[in-house]
Amino acid sequence: MLSKRIIPCLDVKDGRVVKGVNFVNLRDAGDPVELAALYDREGADELVFLDISASVEGRATMIEVVRRTAGEITIPFTVGGGISSTDDMKRLLRAGADKIGINTAAIRHPDLVTDGARIFGAQCIVVAIDAKFNAEWGEWEVFTHGGRNSTGIKALEWAKEAECRGAGELLLTSMDADGTKDGFDLPLTAAVSGSVGIPVIASGGAGSARHFAEVFTDGRADAGLAASIFHYKEVTIRDVKDALRAEGVNVR
Amino acid sequence: MIAIIDYGMGNLHSVSKALERLGCETAVTSSPEEILAADGAVLPGVGAFGDAMRNLRETGLDATVKEFASLGKPLLGICLGMQLLFDESEEHGRHEGLGLLPGRVVRFEGDYKVPHMGWNELTFAQASNPLFEGLQPGYVYFVHSYHALPEKREDLLATTDYHQPVTAIVGRGSLYGMQFHPEKSGELGMALLRNFTRLVPARSL
Repeated sequence: MLSKRIIPCLDVKDGRVVKGVNFVNLRDAGDPVELAALYDREGADELVFLDISASVEGRATMIEVVRRTAGEITIPFTVGGGISSTDDMKRLLRAGADKIGINTAAIRHPDLVTDGARIFGAQCIVVAIDAKFNAEWGEWEVFTHGGRNSTGIKALEWAKEAECRGAGELLLTSMDADGTKDGFDLPLTAAVSGSVGIPVIASGGAGSARHFAEVFTDGRADAGLAASIFHYKEVTIRDVKDALRAEGVNVR
Repeated sequence: MIAIIDYGMGNLHSVSKALERLGCETAVTSSPEEILAADGAVLPGVGAFGDAMRNLRETGLDATVKEFASLGKPLLGICLGMQLLFDESEEHGRHEGLGLLPGRVVRFEGDYKVPHMGWNELTFAQASNPLFEGLQPGYVYFVHSYHALPEKREDLLATTDYHQPVTAIVGRGSLYGMQFHPEKSGELGMALLRNFTRLVPARSL
């Protein structure tokens, strides 16, 4: 049976991991490659690198990080952040990334999803959706630019369009839950997962192992992503998997 | 030396890195001469079946791969590279494959998520195959929307379960194919790759 995936996410800026990382067994907690290898050893099922570099140089550095990571780890990894053309995708995939995450650029140019899927295969294209509940609509709205800009687009509609255009997977972040550590946004995750036929990675709000169990059962997610709780060792990947096994959720 | 056949379809770097970690000499190459001179070869691939076959034909590498296989040297197709070994695929129309293994490639159809993406457990159909020497079945990483239906039961070495039995590893003589990504499949994936490299004549490793 297909197992549920646990995915740590690393924010990388100019080739260095930013945001807190609190590991004792690392020579250099800012090195994304070293952290990636550590998560691989700890049983992570995949990794996501989010490139938050603002400069051309920073993005060029990311290619080198991807190249080094590909040689070090034995699990798949996705690279997202600032990818705006199929040439960008090609460079990262050639360097060894397994999947490409696109967010703002996909909203601006939905053809990027179509073209990426056609050229590189649907399995490479992860459409990242940042969603926030819009009380007026009674449903969720898509935001871009790291959650700063509203789009007027309904998250469920965009999720379906992304699937139709060939996305292989959705990375769904709840802006309402993100940073709260109160648990994933189960209604959002279940609504999106139930309306598409492609896998959904839930993101935002993870604070404990219990939250992962909820998002896989009630939230109908295929994978769960978290950053700070893993970086700060509040919960290890092993803890999460043990808890999931105890709940009868199939994990590797 | 193990040739990693470069025909413009993806994940070459991770395959070559994984083999280097196992201590193999590798060359990512699109040269028919270099491929034919190699002791073993890997046919990787991500993307669409039709595009892959077109690239192979346009570069003449389809003939090279067939010739390599006919020499009885170990050849491993990975993911799309495994599917290409079969007669045909129905991915975006009907496309002829390399025809090294009888069978066809069809889309997952049903009320479940496609692609089949993530870690799934292997069942060895032929545990005595040298590829499985010293290994216990476990989880490996799959990502695919189409799956192969081998015509001959004896070509099927391992399966996984995704709403039906799904072809995971095929083999005939020194020809092998893995639907999952061994280079992305943790320790078991690396062990399977290692066992494949052991089939390659020792002088080259």
